[in-house]
Amino acid sequence: MSQYPALTSGRRPVGVVSFAQYDNVRREDARNEVEMLMPVVTEVFGNIGITKDDVGFICSGSTDYLIGGPFSFVAALDAVGVWPPRAESHVEMDGAWALYEAWVLLQEGEIDAALVYCFGRSSMGDLSEIMAVQLDPYYLAPLWPDPTSLAALQAQALIDAGKATEADFAAVASRSRRSALDNPKAQVAYDRSAEELLAEDYEVAPLRRHALPPLTDGCAAVVLAAGDKAYEWCERPAFITGIDHRIETHSVGARDLTVSPSTRTAGEKAGVGTKKVDVAELHAPYAHQELILAEALGLGDGVSVNPSGGALAANPMMSAGLIRIGESARRIWSGQADRAVAHATSGPCLQQNLVCVLEGV
Amino acid sequence: MSEREPVTMMDAATRLDYEFTAGVAMSKNLHGYEQGKFIGQRCPKCKKVYVPSRGSCPTDGLPTDEIVELPNTGTVTTYCVVNVPFAGQSIEIPYICGQILLDGANLSFMGLLQEIPIDEVRMGLRVEAVWVPPEELGPTLASVKYFRPNGEPDADYETYKEYL
Repeated sequence: MSQYPALTSGRRPVGVVSFAQYDNVRREDARNEVEMLMPVVTEVFGNIGITKDDVGFICSGSTDYLIGGPFSFVAALDAVGVWPPRAESHVEMDGAWALYEAWVLLQEGEIDAALVYCFGRSSMGDLSEIMAVQLDPYYLAPLWPDPTSLAALQAQALIDAGKATEADFAAVASRSRRSALDNPKAQVAYDRSAEELLAEDYEVAPLRRHALPPLTDGCAAVVLAAGDKAYEWCERPAFITGIDHRIETHSVGARDLTVSPSTRTAGEKAGVGTKKVDVAELHAPYAHQELILAEALGLGDGVSVNPSGGALAANPMMSAGLIRIGESARRIWSGQADRAVAHATSGPCLQQNLVCVLEGV
Repeated sequence: MSEREPVTMMDAATRLDYEFTAGVAMSKNLHGYEQGKFIGQRCPKCKKVYVPSRGSCPTDGLPTDEIVELPNTGTVTTYCVVNVPFAGQSIEIPYICGQILLDGANLSFMGLLQEIPIDEVRMGLRVEAVWVPPEELGPTLASVKYFRPNGEPDADYETYKEYL
């Protein structure tokens, strides 16, 4: 009889059993999205010796705004090959939310396995402008605020509230980029002290270059399997024991940017605080956001935060959230961790947040 | 404030510019046009030839690595006579837009049909590509000026019924 962890969310144990990601790069000039995805999909199936015929559902996350072409998510399906026809869905969000949809379907019990993939490229347009289009179209988008400027307002609010200093931001960046040295998929990794980083000029005060995420082209994929199927394909599946996502108002000015109530609620619903957390992979594109997230999730000192380097190591749009789940799962498969918290964010200044608790038996 | 008219409408013009990445497979196809050639790719499993290929077989999800040079001839699988003017139209109406299935290909594409009276165009019509002069060839399908009848007897419906 297979052993399963107690579930906070759902009733059917669903595990992350395979994960693959593209070599995160500043600019992928040669390959199109399908050509980027194909090796990743091949790897995510190949890792566990299955084929597309072994999954009953495919769900993807991406946004056409990055590529500037309508229905790019339909074209991307060519990377999987969907014949004979199969159930498929797409979210105009990070792949972490595509994983959520697949998890919900797996709870229904009609299928036992799903492929989740996502892709995003920052190099095809001006990301600062593209990201502004997601904002409230009346009061905010016409001002074309870029994501770094909005994040800087949040960072300044943290400083003004006495909750953090620029040195704290630098400490996060220094630790993350040092951790990233052990991540072969990292785009930015270095061994530099926080003091050294503080000597950099401001990009947008109070944020210096080190506090910003890199611009990344990339993609990622995960296979989910339920119940015994998870054990069939993986010796120690990373079971999703809790998963929840919450959103705050689209109006950045109406929020207290120094806290993340949506992350706090999602974390509570996913049962983050019920047991010891070994590893947390937080999708914090800007260094100061890790501090806000760690507080919202109540992560204590014993937690290893972003051992992969997080989004500061590589930030492929629409994929960096799913990669947090994949990086967490990897550490459970290997036995490095028994319980991990993965987080994904979307929208300006941590507007929407997903929390996924993974456990091995 | 109360004396002012309420705002009921606003303009928020948005323009985003992009650089398109054709991809490895599509680049091979586009470079083919520079040499006056149709370059497709074959799926290793189902053996279908896509022209152009986007790098993968949409049925099998496998890389279409084998390069296939296709001939200049093909069949009109279906067509449309364009009588309606529209913005940006570059060809005088009426004209014929045909779906062309090159010989040996398993994917048809759209092409302009000329050198045939409109009332004589038909499904199964055998055609050949007419290229622009060599000095005007470029990495674009516009290197094909148009397709015209090549004089062969019409193709049997059975040979192209999967490609309408």
